[in-house]
Amino acid sequence: MKWEVVIGLEVHVQLNTATKIFSGTSTAFGAEPNTQASAVELAFPGVLPVLNKAVVEKAIRLGLALGSKINQKNVFARKNYFYPDLPKGYQISQMELPIVEGGALPILVGEEEKLVKLTRAHMEEDAGKSLHEDFSGMTGIDLNRAGTPLLEVVSEPDMRSPEEAVAYARALHSLVMWLGICDGNMQEGSFRVDANVSVRPFGQQEFGTRREIKNLNSFRFLEQAIKYEIQWQIDTLEDGGRVEQATVLFDPDSGETRMMRSKEDAHDYRYFPDPDLLPVRIADEQIERIRSEMPELPAAMKARFVEAFGVSSYDAALLTGSRATAEYFEAVAQASGQGKLAANWVNGEIAARLNREGKDIGDCPISAERLTGLIQRIADNTLSSKLAKQVFDALWESDLSADAIIERDGLKQVSDVGAIEKMVEEAIAANPKAVEEYRAGKEKALNALAGQVMKASKGKANPAQVQDILKQKLA
Amino acid sequence: MSLTHQDVARIAKLARINVSDEEIAAVGNQLNNIFGLIEKMQAVNTDGIEPMAHPQDVSLRLREDIVTQTNQREAFQAVAPQVEKGLFLVPKVIE
Repeated sequence: MKWEVVIGLEVHVQLNTATKIFSGTSTAFGAEPNTQASAVELAFPGVLPVLNKAVVEKAIRLGLALGSKINQKNVFARKNYFYPDLPKGYQISQMELPIVEGGALPILVGEEEKLVKLTRAHMEEDAGKSLHEDFSGMTGIDLNRAGTPLLEVVSEPDMRSPEEAVAYARALHSLVMWLGICDGNMQEGSFRVDANVSVRPFGQQEFGTRREIKNLNSFRFLEQAIKYEIQWQIDTLEDGGRVEQATVLFDPDSGETRMMRSKEDAHDYRYFPDPDLLPVRIADEQIERIRSEMPELPAAMKARFVEAFGVSSYDAALLTGSRATAEYFEAVAQASGQGKLAANWVNGEIAARLNREGKDIGDCPISAERLTGLIQRIADNTLSSKLAKQVFDALWESDLSADAIIERDGLKQVSDVGAIEKMVEEAIAANPKAVEEYRAGKEKALNALAGQVMKASKGKANPAQVQDILKQKLA
Repeated sequence: MSLTHQDVARIAKLARINVSDEEIAAVGNQLNNIFGLIEKMQAVNTDGIEPMAHPQDVSLRLREDIVTQTNQREAFQAVAPQVEKGLFLVPKVIE
């Protein structure tokens, strides 16, 4: 039987505020345990939550970027459950009236574009951390993370393959960083993904029963976990079994998912509006102000790059994968007036080198200005592509400009017709056999001759000119 | 609406309140009385009225994103039953 996969993602985006969602306690990562846990996070009697304005504004930013509806009245609710890293006995979240509803995110799968619809995004607080290592048979509780602001972004079940799910997660990850609302650090838990996965016979309308994979903190694990889960569900159904609704965990060591709790043990959270917090009201002017402060969005920038610099849609999509890359490219394209060359170098050599060294564009040793210098010398034929690579390597290792490197290493391409003619004549005289073969119709012999010329010029002769002059002389 | 013995036991379990078998009948009666009141309220026609999330019709005041709290760990942990390496210790929980 042919199966169709249905995936929806819930992503916890940690907002990069200075303080917690409901108190003026610092959110800096990596502090000593419980040194960033105030009476509010510890749930001491009599304390009251006071909402952080930056959380609301960052949520609006994301909503505007996704083309969502901003609920100008939204309400916090209590989600009740008992766990030691949640001292209040409830998490403050949003239920019936979240701040953001609807909207969509474009994703790129291979070279194909697709729109994933959003259900909602709501504000909530994070819980603390439980440490189960040995503390004389006890569990250790660190409440530094408690009260850290999160936006839970929920997609519609619109994805049909693990690749689409990863593309969506990557697109959302790059968007929240682009908007400057999240640092995107997945190792530190700033971007955590839950995946709802089900399968159904191809062509069937109703969804199959879903299982939810919790807390995936890398794109690789997301892909592995979904792939494993799909195969498990298909195997189970094809063996005549049933998939029961459940929450599962992914074990990166075994590459398998395993059941955490079944539907019967599912939490009954007994949501109700939090009486400690009044409804949040957002004025039109506030939304308009935030809209006016928004950076140009990736989709708009992508279209502009195609239009203004003549780069392909695919190249433009890569260039707008992060705001830093887009800005870097634009600076080079602008200054050099060579959009296509700039795109080739940024998506090619620069991306490959950064990737190999595990670096970000922000740590790129070649500034936009210095790359511009290189591209100008390619555009005006001072450098052949081979020499350009050599200059690029030198740029990577030093602080010199492209011109200084060309001067220092004598890398100027020789385009002087007289000089090239002289070398061509020498090559013809020294290789009568190749000349004979070429004249007998063996095209390849020309390359051998061109190679001799390039060697004689130490790689500096303009290769196109060498070919032309050779053909002239042998005609 | 009338709560069964099982309903009451489940509510007690969710709220982590220890209610003995003998108490369940009495607690169930009390809860059913409250539900009686709620039923009366629900009988009132509220068509076209927007539900209120809070009895006071005012909006939330927001706070600027500025650190105002300092580290008070020592004071907070002085009243904790057990601490180690800066952590609060609780009976082992594994989910």
